[in-house]
Parts: sequence; C-alpha cells; structure tokens
Amino acid sequence: MSHHTTPTKSFWTPANIITAVILLIGLVLTVKRFTMGIASVSNLSDDNPWGIWIGFDLLCGVALAAGGYTTSAAVYLFGMKQYHSAVRPAITTAFLGYAFVVFALMYDLGRYYRLPYPLTIYPGPTSFLFEVGLCVALYLTVLAIEFSPAVWEALRWKKIRHLVHGLTLILTIFGVILSTLHQSSLGALYLIAPSKLHPLWYSPYLAMFFFVSSIPAGLSMVIFEGGLSHKYLHHKMDETHLAESSGVTLGFAKAASVVLFAYFILKWIGVALGNNWSLLFTGWGAWFLFELIGFVLVPCLMYAVAAREKNEKLAFWASIVTVLGIVLNRLNISLVAFNWQLPLESRYVPAWEEIMITVFIVTLEITVLRFCLHKLPILHEHPEFKGAH
Amino acid sequence: MEFMTLHDFTFWTKGMAYVGMGLGLMAFVAFWLFLTDRDEDRFADKEEE
Repeated sequence: MSHHTTPTKSFWTPANIITAVILLIGLVLTVKRFTMGIASVSNLSDDNPWGIWIGFDLLCGVALAAGGYTTSAAVYLFGMKQYHSAVRPAITTAFLGYAFVVFALMYDLGRYYRLPYPLTIYPGPTSFLFEVGLCVALYLTVLAIEFSPAVWEALRWKKIRHLVHGLTLILTIFGVILSTLHQSSLGALYLIAPSKLHPLWYSPYLAMFFFVSSIPAGLSMVIFEGGLSHKYLHHKMDETHLAESSGVTLGFAKAASVVLFAYFILKWIGVALGNNWSLLFTGWGAWFLFELIGFVLVPCLMYAVAAREKNEKLAFWASIVTVLGIVLNRLNISLVAFNWQLPLESRYVPAWEEIMITVFIVTLEITVLRFCLHKLPILHEHPEFKGAH
Repeated sequence: MEFMTLHDFTFWTKGMAYVGMGLGLMAFVAFWLFLTDRDEDRFADKEEE
C-alpha cells in the first residue's frame, strides 16, 4: 500500500450530504412501511404483487452479485492465480449484494417476520421460489464465511482466520453449485406465466438465459468496481493489486465478451424455437432488438476490441453498458414485458416511495461497501498476513 | 408461416434452431480469431528451443 499523506477533508462533502439526505428519507419511508403496511408506500396489489423491489432489488441485485462466484471459480477452480487480487473485492461486493437483496426482500414481504418459514415450518420443495430461497440463504452463509477472513485479519484473530482459509476450496465449489442453481431458478420463476410475459422475452430456456447472462454481469461488476477503486481508492491498494488490476480488467473483458457472444446467439435460438420472427417487426420487437443489440452485442464487441487492443478504458465503459443491459433485461422480464396485454391503466407503475426505498437500499449498500473498503484489508494485504492467501 | 400440426411447428422451429446453431458456431470461430488475434503466443519460446 502506498502511504500518501492525504490532507484532512471535511466529512460534509457534497457526496456525503446527498448520501445523508437519501438515508434520512429512506429511514422515514422504512418506518412508514413497517408501521402502516406495504400499501402506504407502494402501488403493489393482488394483480401486481411483484414490483421494482423484486424486479430491480432482487433480480438485478442477484445477477450483479455474480462476480463472487465467477471470480472465485476462475482463481480457485480453474487455477487462474493472476486474478487472485480480484477475489476479495468481488467476494465483498457479492456478500453485500446478497445481504441487501435479503434486506430489500423484507420490504416486499407482507409478513417479513415469516421469512424463515419456508426453511423451517412450511417447506415447498416443488416450488422454484423455495429453491431460490434455500439457495440464497445457503449462499449468503457461504459468502459470509468467505468474506470473514478480512474481518479476522483486521481483528488479528489468526487461528480462526487460518481455519476459515482452509475451507476456501470447498466453499468455492459450494458457492458455484448454489449460484448455478438459484441464478437459473430466478429465470425459471417466470416459466409459470407464459401468457403474461411477452413471447419475445418468454422462453422455455429462461433459466439458462438468466444463468448465462449472470456471468458477464458478475464479470462486468468486477471490472466496473475495479475501475472505480483504481481511480478513487488508489491509495488503499497495495503494489500487487495495482500491478494485477490491468490483467484482471483485460482478462475479464475477454471472458465477458465470449460469454456475451454466446448469450447473443442463445437469445436468437430462443426466438427461433418460439417462432417469434414476425414479432420482431412490432413495437415490442424494436424494444427487444434495442436490448439485444444495444446492450448485448455492442458491449460484446466493445469488450472484444478492448481485450484485443489492451484498452482498459473501453473495457470500463463496456462494463457500464453490460450492467445497464442486465438491469434492462431483468426489468423487461419482471415489469415492462410482463402483463403486456393489459391496458395501460391496469399496468403497474411504481410509486415514488418504492423508487425512493430502492435508491435508499442501493445508497446504504454503497455506504457499507465504502466503509469496508476503507477499514478492512480488501484492496491490500494485511501486513501481518502477507502471502498467506 | 402457418402450421397445421404440432409436428409441422416443431419441425420448422427446430430446423431453424439447428441452422442458427450452425451459423452461431461458425460466427464464434470468426469472433474467437478476432479476439485472440493479437495475443502473445505462449508456446513460441518453447518451439524455438
């Protein structure tokens, strides 16, 4: 870690003031939600029970937290040790991502205090939702254990840190299995609604689409956060992290371009198997092509050129486009193209409180992430544990 | 295109999917060559030795 002496800055920077305002509004809305019920802060109803808290906070949150299993699989299962410095930031993001997915779920569940019921009192093993719940609960536990060495190192608890470090390989295998299961099952949830979801987005292969697209989503989040860390937390990174960051960006860019290309082809095969060619020439078709070309093919080519030309800046921009594309895809499936046949007045439109609570949750997650990156040995090795990874 | 039977529909859609897979695989080879065109040859030194 480079030890620059930074001048003491005031806590009340513009970014911190905006964060504080958002958190304050969010806290007020949280009190309203948990004292006056869901209806007081949302437009959710029996006809539209899933809104942006599911479409954005859950579906996008889980997909964008896929960096944890992709990075740890690359390093510990495929032996790509050159990406080792990316593991801890990726695990941290994934752990916080999943933790805040569960946190956001509390707002959406009518009886949030019954969250453990499916795992304890009323299991529904034939339901995809049960599988998602079980996998997310188990994977969150796995991520908490994988993330914990950073805390043990900060506390200098060497024995427990050594014990947890010994579990790395088995935890990685467990994490990959659980991620494969629930990333795909989130897509499979929509298999029950073929008449509600527009045919261009509905496919018997939705589960595969969700899983395959989660890989570039996770890789892109690692590139995106790596780029931001390199720019704003440069002083927190040690020599190893600084030296490996370029290789991580370009290596992940190459991997993301390959998977995005495969995903692009798979989506066309989905159109062919549904014989939905004629729908491409409708307004919905234009929107589908906008998503598929603008947010799958374009970032795929951007990544490919970035990896070929060794252009990190282009890879960073491609990661932003990919992340936006994943958000667009999940929102299209859960909200935009869902109930597409209903007249506009019957369609779900989120209330401003729902949007504000989502902004609050994202802001809270970023604040906790910033705290972790500043206080824990995530972007640098702890001096007492150098080379112990 | 109108289909009179499920067999007609499956025959057509699966046929289109297989054509798509073939074209996709060929496109992937071209894409891979473009992607790795400028990579360093890791075996170059060994061959020279």
